[in-house]
Amino acid sequence: MTMDAARQTPHAPGAGLVDPTKQAMLLSALYLAQEQAGYLTPAAIERVAQRLGLSPGQVYSVASFYSLFRIEPVGRYVIQVCKGLSCYLCGGAEKVADYISAKLGIRPGETTPDGRITLELVECLASCGTAPAMRINDQLYENLTLDAIDLALERLLEGGEHG
Amino acid sequence: MAEWEPVLLANVHRPNSEKIGTYLAHGGYQALRKALSMSPEAVVAEVKASGLRGRGGAGFPTGVKWGFLPPDAPVKYLAVNTDEGEPGTFKDRLIVERDPHAILEGVIIAAYAIGAHRAFVYIRGEFFLGVKRWIKAIADAYQHGFLGKDILGSGFDLDVSVHRGAGAYICGEETAMLESLEGKRGQPRLKPPYPAQVGLWGRPTIVQNVETLANVPHIILRGAAWYASIGTEQSKGPKIFCVSGHVNRPGNYELPLGTPLREIIEKYAGGVRYGRHIKAVIPGGVSTPMLTARQIDVPMAFETLAAAGSALGTGAVIVMDETTDMVEVARRITDFFVHESCGACVPCRLGGFRMLERLEAIARGRGRPDDLAKLESLARGISGLTFCPLGTGMCEPVLSGLALYRDEFVARLNTAAKR
Repeated sequence: MTMDAARQTPHAPGAGLVDPTKQAMLLSALYLAQEQAGYLTPAAIERVAQRLGLSPGQVYSVASFYSLFRIEPVGRYVIQVCKGLSCYLCGGAEKVADYISAKLGIRPGETTPDGRITLELVECLASCGTAPAMRINDQLYENLTLDAIDLALERLLEGGEHG
Repeated sequence: MAEWEPVLLANVHRPNSEKIGTYLAHGGYQALRKALSMSPEAVVAEVKASGLRGRGGAGFPTGVKWGFLPPDAPVKYLAVNTDEGEPGTFKDRLIVERDPHAILEGVIIAAYAIGAHRAFVYIRGEFFLGVKRWIKAIADAYQHGFLGKDILGSGFDLDVSVHRGAGAYICGEETAMLESLEGKRGQPRLKPPYPAQVGLWGRPTIVQNVETLANVPHIILRGAAWYASIGTEQSKGPKIFCVSGHVNRPGNYELPLGTPLREIIEKYAGGVRYGRHIKAVIPGGVSTPMLTARQIDVPMAFETLAAAGSALGTGAVIVMDETTDMVEVARRITDFFVHESCGACVPCRLGGFRMLERLEAIARGRGRPDDLAKLESLARGISGLTFCPLGTGMCEPVLSGLALYRDEFVARLNTAAKR
């Protein structure tokens, strides 16, 4: 089969389908599975596959496509610094990441030795009008200043709750 | 021209704007009542006559798209695109977080018009608050009889569900979004067939951006003639412009299409910071070609930006002052597209990576004398030759950067380097 043919939905409209299919739940299932250990363990992938009638390979293929699904363990807190163009123009992006790196002693992509905090540089957070921006778990921080970063980090290091 | 009174952003600054009570107190769901008293064909005709074009980037006429659905299809779907990810764009997040009912009312009217009884909202995985607001709005709409069986006694049924994406820019492309809704990797499908013919699970599906849908209730309530009186010849209605970068007042500004770019930057966004001057402006998100300071009198409309060699895109205006490093701008945008390429087709996956290698070398002062020609040759091998528009979008900032600010690239080349 050519790539083009493979890409097209194989069935004709209205050909006795049961839709939505079970597989449509895959992304939701992966989010639920990820909440258990903070990342998708091989056992979790296996379980999701079983429940949805898919092969573990199919599930892994989908999970690995999306950046919010994690195949490796991450810290309890994930700091995501936006590296979008507008954040860069407004003095954020790598400048913010470097500042946090110096404070925490980890580079983007790394986790503190105690496994608590992961630092990442990520693509546009849709906060360009309030740049620079970063996120810690599900809390968005906009119009960042060094003081605001210090405050957020202090709360993390003192074990304050985020999101 | 008289000052524009916001329509799409009329509610967002009210206290508790996201609540259904606030929405109802300011005329919310009146358009739905009116639409349900019309025939579905009349609603489609009204939207067609309004001249509304899609606000997600492609600018396709909305009513025309609705007319493409096969009339005899037993099942049709509506898919709602809240996967805002184009760098520079932050309008959909604002509406979803602050005025979700404005979109939901548009969703219900659109579903009624096209005869869909299920609508699937796809929202960017990173929009935590937006997900909550969508879910709450839908739950409240069910409570008030705006969703479910026999909506407002009209006999029309509609169910709406929310699906979270998981961090993939490409899922903003409509067929990649359908793949993702089906629980698959978000890789675009070949078009044709278009989703209006073969969409979700093979069913005819209409995909609309949330800003597009937010326009629909106003068209129904005030009429197509009112709507068509706003804007330019080929670009009707109001548009939310997202202004960011080196300006004094970045933010979302709703203005009629056709408003000059200069007015948006100087009058609304307060001009360039620190009294500096404009060097370059990206008018419609990072996949649209850059404009120079000399071009900013262009009216912000589909046809005028196309004539200026760029595009309206999402209406995301990114302003760069004279201190901006244009090599770094090209490198950063390319880095974004390389990261977000779905990897399905070779020109985008490999060509993008090769362009990024050259741009990184130039940015570090290690570019070779023939690197600019190499970049242009790579872009020629990608642009227009990829499975979906991402590859073409990837080339625009590089090609326009090279064309407009070539001296800056040349100055960074290491002329001593040998091939």
